[in-house]
Amino acid sequence: MAQKVAVGLVLNGVPEQVLCEPRQTLLEVLREHLGLTGTKEGCGNGNCGACTVLVDGEPVNACLVLAVEVEGRQVTTVEGLAKPGELHPLQEAFVQLGGYQCGFCTPGFLMSAAALLRENSDPSDEEIRQALAGNLCRCTGYDKIVKAVRSAAATLRNGGEGDERLAASGASR
Amino acid sequence: MSALLQVGRAVERVDGADKVTGQAVFGADVRLPGMLYGRVLRAPHPHARVVRIDTRRAEALPGVLAVITADDLPSLKVGESTAMGEVGLNVVYLADMVLCRGRVRWKGHPVAAVAAVSPHIAEEALQLIDVEYEVLEPVVDVLQAMEPGSPLVHDDLYTNLGRGQRSQEPSNVGTYLRIERGDLEAGWAAADVVVEREFRTRNVHQGYIEPQACVAQATADGRVTIWTTTQGAFAVRDQVSQLLQIPAKDIKVVPTEVGGAFGGKHYPYLEPLATMLSRKSGRPVKLVMSRAEVFEGTGPTPGSVIRVKMGANREGKLTAAYLWLAYDAGAYPGSAVGAAAITGLAPYVVPHVRVEGYDVVTNKPRVGAYRAPGATQVAFAVEQVIDELAQQVGLDPVTFRLRNAAREGTVRHDGYQYRRIGLVEMLEAVKAHPHWQAPLPEGRHVGRGFAVGYWFNGQFQSTCQIAVNPDGSVSLGVGNPDLSGARTAVVQIVAEELGLTTDKIRMQILDTSTAPPTDSTGGSRNTYTTGLAAYRAAVAVREEMKRRAAQLLEASPEDVEWAGGEFRIKGAPSRRLTWQQVAAQQRQTGGPINLVESAGGGGDHPSFSAALCDVEVDPDTGHVKILRWTAFQDVGRAIHPVMVEGQMQGGTVQGIGWALMEEYVWDQGVMLNPNFLDYRLPTALDVPDIDTHYVEVPEPNHPYGVRGIGEAPIVPPPAAIANAIHRATGVRVTELPMTPERVWQALAQA
Repeated sequence: MAQKVAVGLVLNGVPEQVLCEPRQTLLEVLREHLGLTGTKEGCGNGNCGACTVLVDGEPVNACLVLAVEVEGRQVTTVEGLAKPGELHPLQEAFVQLGGYQCGFCTPGFLMSAAALLRENSDPSDEEIRQALAGNLCRCTGYDKIVKAVRSAAATLRNGGEGDERLAASGASR
Repeated sequence: MSALLQVGRAVERVDGADKVTGQAVFGADVRLPGMLYGRVLRAPHPHARVVRIDTRRAEALPGVLAVITADDLPSLKVGESTAMGEVGLNVVYLADMVLCRGRVRWKGHPVAAVAAVSPHIAEEALQLIDVEYEVLEPVVDVLQAMEPGSPLVHDDLYTNLGRGQRSQEPSNVGTYLRIERGDLEAGWAAADVVVEREFRTRNVHQGYIEPQACVAQATADGRVTIWTTTQGAFAVRDQVSQLLQIPAKDIKVVPTEVGGAFGGKHYPYLEPLATMLSRKSGRPVKLVMSRAEVFEGTGPTPGSVIRVKMGANREGKLTAAYLWLAYDAGAYPGSAVGAAAITGLAPYVVPHVRVEGYDVVTNKPRVGAYRAPGATQVAFAVEQVIDELAQQVGLDPVTFRLRNAAREGTVRHDGYQYRRIGLVEMLEAVKAHPHWQAPLPEGRHVGRGFAVGYWFNGQFQSTCQIAVNPDGSVSLGVGNPDLSGARTAVVQIVAEELGLTTDKIRMQILDTSTAPPTDSTGGSRNTYTTGLAAYRAAVAVREEMKRRAAQLLEASPEDVEWAGGEFRIKGAPSRRLTWQQVAAQQRQTGGPINLVESAGGGGDHPSFSAALCDVEVDPDTGHVKILRWTAFQDVGRAIHPVMVEGQMQGGTVQGIGWALMEEYVWDQGVMLNPNFLDYRLPTALDVPDIDTHYVEVPEPNHPYGVRGIGEAPIVPPPAAIANAIHRATGVRVTELPMTPERVWQALAQA
């Protein structure tokens, strides 16, 4: 069995230290060691985007990152997207506009969309589709996801809350 | 029906917050103290005999707590079959599929499984299991498999010829079926135009993003608890019971949220293995498939070879149809060729028909159900031939279909008589739609394609229980997993009947030890049948609440009415009680209210769909770009309009993927592309906005006119795109998927 190493990171704004093997992915450590099962595994090799999380504000596939690589980094998962008991405008829009059906790919879509809206507060539909092209959804046909992201962007532009926590967790650049 | 307050509105989905916060628990999210991680060893050959398995080296690896092979499974009697709704499978075949009993029948066939303290150790242990194989010649191609003298997938499979007859010799044809109506020769004689073509489709996968996953915990007293992502918790219970000879009372199956299924999560691929590993190790065991295992170890939809010959007269009336269908079932018999034999011609009145169908086994994964199983393949063929006939008699494709459309009272070629259906209304809606009336978009090779789809929609049986809580809130319990949102529709129906808002009702999907027994979720039946059971339970609860109110008001129940949020005595409106007041006094008026009702067992609730698309073909590359898409459907009644649109859009995009990019690429029974990079699902960049337009022709046997809506939308897109390509280029593409390479070759040969 491989020697375990301690990895320190800031997870959803909270400093954490976790013991893991060098061969373990960030995805495995998030799900199996830290109990954050909102981040999903759909393929294990970076093709489906279900495991998308933010590392220092950048969307990455957690299945392609080793846990030891996030030493000293800020990691945001779907559990950290909104304040406890509240919904981020993206989450609100996905619920209201039918941006999910089974919900399995949804955390990954939310994180990719959150990264997009930090870069671009008023994306076109084409830009939204481009930003989400690394996330596979098999239920919705994407139409309502695109509309939900567009709607959330408008909410955020009009002063909607929900992005502060992301900023507080180091996602600003 | 009076004005509806809850049904027909896009109320907030009842599982909304859970799904967007990551709190919803899916199969792989279950974690138990002391849990082990299992892995499955799969055969590397499509066809082989297992000479010897030696597990000693794996068992000796530190951290490994259990290794199992088929020797650990009880032997089973031949001929028992499991109850799995639309996808039943002989239990002996099922047992052999779950864990190989000496004869490897496809690459990916499980031959052993291990449980260890980490998934990495379990993976290492697989390398230490020594298996000696005697490699056999595989049979992979469906036509080749039908030839006499081909290698046999099963030495003891005989062709079921119907009426108790079977073939003299073993064969790879599991079933030969035939439907005959009228006099085919007379039909050809009456035809002015006849079109005959052959089509091919390949295996495609449901492509649910959540892989199969479960956790099993066996306890010392013989009980087993299984958490799993499934379309049917009771089916899993009964299958594990049969396969492992454990009484059903000792098995509790807890259904998790399901991350997409589309027909692919009926069979218990992992649950029996996890149970055996847990029994052997004494610890809970989690099994999760990798994506490659999902492709190679679960059931895709059949590939097919389809020959169609159809005739029509100058007036545009169909005179005859002949369908020859060979469906590739994979390693065990049971493809959906029987469904295809009906759905292909279901939209049309055809006086003279012959359908011949072959269910063929090959050394490939045993197929499963995939959204309208069997129907998309045959629609790809028939709807293209219909399009050609329309062109030859000089009619537009919608008018041609209207001239031949089935309607209420039509007797289908298999003898089924339609009740009220909405095909004609849907086709009229297409003609009136701005997309149909709009000129073609600019471009050199642009075409507009149209096709129709059909799905039966089954009922099966559901049960629902409703309890009224002392605070007036309502607890609704079912055993049906919710695949994509039906629980909100069921809550809407209950809210409507109880005169409450949906936020006063909490619906729980219960485990098999607490839920009222129910069939699996599938066949687009959940809103229909579970909704019907819930409707009956709600009516019963409402009437019981009236009786309780009558007691409290010291009146006769007939004199009490429930309206405007109050129980009132007719004619004496000052004597009234709120719902909460009656609920709070249940104990004094007869005890807790908890009522159970069942529904189902009746006939189909058919739904027709259509696809209208504009495409542009690049003649240099063969690439097909979709410029505009409108999906049409008769939905019976849209309980939740946004979710109905979502089903239409999602099914359409699956159909587009099937049409243009998805296929299992085979090399001698080895899948070359078992990952999402090489087996491409449509991304957000591959598809346009999908406009939807539905008509509502109520299903006469449902109190809300519901029809199943989930499956029909996938059926017409491949044919609609093929028809659009033909109108854009003059070339027919007869093979799926219509990749740039295939389109380019078809253009080059023209």
